[in-house]
Amino acid sequence: MKINGIKAIVTLLLISLAWGAQAETAEEKGLEIAIAMDERDTGFHDLTADMVMTLRNRKGDESVRDIRIRTLEVEGDGDKSISIFDRPRDIKGTAMLTFSHGLEPDDQWLYLPGLKRVKRISSKNKSGPFMGSEFAYEDLSSQELEKYTYKWLRDEPCGDWQCYVIERIPAYKYSGYKRIISWIDKAEYRAIKVEYFDRKNSKLKTLIMSDYNEYIDRYWRAGDMFMENHQTGKSTRLEWKNYQFQTGLTEKDFNKNALKRIR
Amino acid sequence: MVEQYARWVIRLRWLIVFLTLGVVGLLASGGQYLSFSNDYRVFFSEENPQLTAFENLQDTYTKNDNILFMIMPKGGEVFTPDVLEAVVELTEDSWQIPYSIRVDSISNYQHTYASGDDLIVADLVEEPRTLTTEQLQSIKNIALNEPLLVNRIISQTAHATGVNVVVELPGNDTNEAFEVAAFAREIKANIETEFPQVDVYMTGIVLMNNAFPEASQEDMQTLVPLSYLVVIVGAFLFLRSIAGTIGTVLVIVFSTLMAMGSAGWLGIQLTPPAMSAPTMILTLAVADSIHFLVTMLHEMRKGSSKNDAIVESLRINFQPIFLTSITTAVGFLSMNFSDAPPFRDLGNITAMGVMYAFFLSVLLLPAVMAILPVKVKPSKTLSSRLMEQFAEFVIRRRQKLFWGMAGIILLSIAFIPKNELNDIFVNYFDESIEFRTHTDLVAENLTGLYFIDYSLESGESGGISNPDFLKKVDQFADWYRQQPETKHVNVITDTFKRLNKNMHGDDPAYYKLPEERDLAAQYLLLYEMSLPYGLDLNNQVNVDKSATRISITLGTLSTKNILELELRAEAWLKENAPEMLTTGASPSVMFAHIGERNIRSMLTGTVVALILISMILMVALRSVKMGLISLVPNLIPAAIAFGVWGLFVGEVGLALSVVVTMTLGIVVDDTVHFISKYLRAQRENNLNSQDAVRYAFANVGVALWVTSLLLIAGFLVLTLSAFELNSGMGLLTAITIGVALAVDFLFLPTLLMKLEGKKA
Repeated sequence: MKINGIKAIVTLLLISLAWGAQAETAEEKGLEIAIAMDERDTGFHDLTADMVMTLRNRKGDESVRDIRIRTLEVEGDGDKSISIFDRPRDIKGTAMLTFSHGLEPDDQWLYLPGLKRVKRISSKNKSGPFMGSEFAYEDLSSQELEKYTYKWLRDEPCGDWQCYVIERIPAYKYSGYKRIISWIDKAEYRAIKVEYFDRKNSKLKTLIMSDYNEYIDRYWRAGDMFMENHQTGKSTRLEWKNYQFQTGLTEKDFNKNALKRIR
Repeated sequence: MVEQYARWVIRLRWLIVFLTLGVVGLLASGGQYLSFSNDYRVFFSEENPQLTAFENLQDTYTKNDNILFMIMPKGGEVFTPDVLEAVVELTEDSWQIPYSIRVDSISNYQHTYASGDDLIVADLVEEPRTLTTEQLQSIKNIALNEPLLVNRIISQTAHATGVNVVVELPGNDTNEAFEVAAFAREIKANIETEFPQVDVYMTGIVLMNNAFPEASQEDMQTLVPLSYLVVIVGAFLFLRSIAGTIGTVLVIVFSTLMAMGSAGWLGIQLTPPAMSAPTMILTLAVADSIHFLVTMLHEMRKGSSKNDAIVESLRINFQPIFLTSITTAVGFLSMNFSDAPPFRDLGNITAMGVMYAFFLSVLLLPAVMAILPVKVKPSKTLSSRLMEQFAEFVIRRRQKLFWGMAGIILLSIAFIPKNELNDIFVNYFDESIEFRTHTDLVAENLTGLYFIDYSLESGESGGISNPDFLKKVDQFADWYRQQPETKHVNVITDTFKRLNKNMHGDDPAYYKLPEERDLAAQYLLLYEMSLPYGLDLNNQVNVDKSATRISITLGTLSTKNILELELRAEAWLKENAPEMLTTGASPSVMFAHIGERNIRSMLTGTVVALILISMILMVALRSVKMGLISLVPNLIPAAIAFGVWGLFVGEVGLALSVVVTMTLGIVVDDTVHFISKYLRAQRENNLNSQDAVRYAFANVGVALWVTSLLLIAGFLVLTLSAFELNSGMGLLTAITIGVALAVDFLFLPTLLMKLEGKKA
């Protein structure tokens, strides 16, 4: 009996060693999934969309913002994008131009119509709230592969789909997160749910993405993104409308001068 | 009937002992569910308007529960590479504190400045060990000129600096505050080891919360054993009977265990006030035993057998013990009128304990005495001879005593208005609690734990950017800065001014509020975009940007000062900005109001208790007149005690506002014993009022003196509590009981003789 037990353990050990040598590690699998996701999202060239952002605090008070987004895909670096703020009234016409980079601080310019000037913001911070919402700037900016290290955790069903669950650890020193766990559906590589953990590794926020639509037969975009902060009880909902791909935007629509002209 | 009962108790003595042990065990096992509350909010009922206002504010903005570390360099200068390195590390470590959501320090202060058309936003201190002397000087200048930092995060002379950590406890578990405090202590210890050139002190709401169970536990370790000692020694000295002392100890231990166990079963959470219940119960319980044992031993000295003595003692004492227990319980139960739940708990636990003590005294105690061997020496003791002389003295001098006492009573009452309301909640803890000493040091060197918050409403979405609104907010902040009580004002207008300057190439002439609304809003948007995680504006601005929070930090102030300051602020708002009139909210404001609220609610409680107790007395004594006369010795002690307090201390707060009601039930006991003996003398022996007084002195005098002295000693033990609410309550109660003793012997008899003098 005793000998049999030891024998079994040894056999198990050998099998697992052999399996470990052949199969990929969880890190490799995680990276693979991230690459697959990234590939499915490249080549769209440019897009525009409208966003309605609804903020809610613990008491239930609400506040709404309207933003138009224009994005230009950049090969080999982060995307360039312009956000134009339409509501609330006081910031109407304010526009922000961002050249996002992987591990370097992004370049950011803001056109202030009240001052009729473009101001460059120099800051390493990407973790602050985007317009007072529960979305950090880093949650919304383009997700370059090198921004994180990846690890596949498990597969599990998520709602109507089968999902990969992967963990991302930010490589950017000034990130607000210790780690991020995403549920990615296996069929179309769409993020269904994302959990954010703060720097002390407590669960901070959960993002639920739904109402997915496919554009130009290839690119999936969520129509509804709901972010809930578990620590403060606040939440933010983003509703996306009017997605348009390949509208003919070019480099010259994404510079300081273009920013000033934008309406 | 009582006789039959007494014989039955003696016969079934063993069964009673075992059954009692079973019941005690069952009830006491509830003790496992007892836990210590560690949230100052337990002092406020859910309907408390100041609490509601504060919770409302906390729901709109970031919460205020915090830990504040103060770093004091031994060299006296914060801006050195090593000290700054300690600040940077402490700031980093603080993000690891459980439930932390925001950390503010001089190192992570988001310094903004202009360079051409660039707005640069960065930590004020980065990599301090690489800084040159000039850079250090420049950082120091920036910090000491930043209104957001001075007197909050950095002292004016740069000899102390703070790291403020805001935590948001989910409130699922009472261990949360403890967890946070333990983690913070670890960080403090690590920093002090790594940087021997600095001292670190800690204060904040979380640590205050955590000091509550600490104070309770300290009390449990010192007060409860001490009060046992006092009561046991006192009972033995007086009874001179080992068996009697054992019986007494059993009664007080069991009634305390049963009451605390019942509190556990009922789900009561322990607070420092509730933790004074064991001391009170054992002090009150001892009186029942003493009355029973005195009569029993007295009968035995007269030659009765032990069992006959037990029967006789029960016959004489059953009713008075029942009456005094009921009235004491009523007094304590009326603490339920208190606005502060910990005092309701104290009242309920003690009332239960008093009733358990009654049952034990008439059931377990006679049974135990029937079992234990009891020896008595037949002698007339010195004390009863003293009582006879005392009675003669009182009867002889009755006129002088009556008018003398009346004069003292009136004089004392005249001093009652000298009492001023004061609840300085930091001073609830004495210097043996670390929280208190550290808080005092922080208040002395850096900033205060007291604050008042206002949510100023603009009345429209995005209205905080309205220049008119901002101007008024700024004026309000300026007004507050001019008040001598103010240490720091945290207001959004300072940020607007700084941004306006930055947007105009750092031209100091532009350090003023932006004049256009859209421009102000755009500055704010720009600034928000550049902030890191946890340093957002939600601590100052609501989601709709329609209201802003202005937070005023104050020195440690008395209730009176806070209420006055609040009134002045309200008057300023009424006159200068009536559209944004609002009341301030904060724990300081809550504690400033609670004394008064509690006094008002306890007044109702006292009246109800008084009516109930007087009715019980009228029925029990079968005399409306005696019920009414009893009001005098029942009410006067508290009046005199508050007069004496007004003369010598002059400050009353939350704890003392419950004393009148609480002592009412206790002092009534002396009256009950005295009047019932007096009436027995009149009714059974047909004595005139003078002889009835003699009879009462002789029969109950010694017992009353002894029980009162024990009560006084027991409540004086409470004055050693680490928690000021308990020590004040103990002292005033002891004074009241002492006065009651004097009134019962010096005034009540003379009053009775005056009113009934004509009766033959």
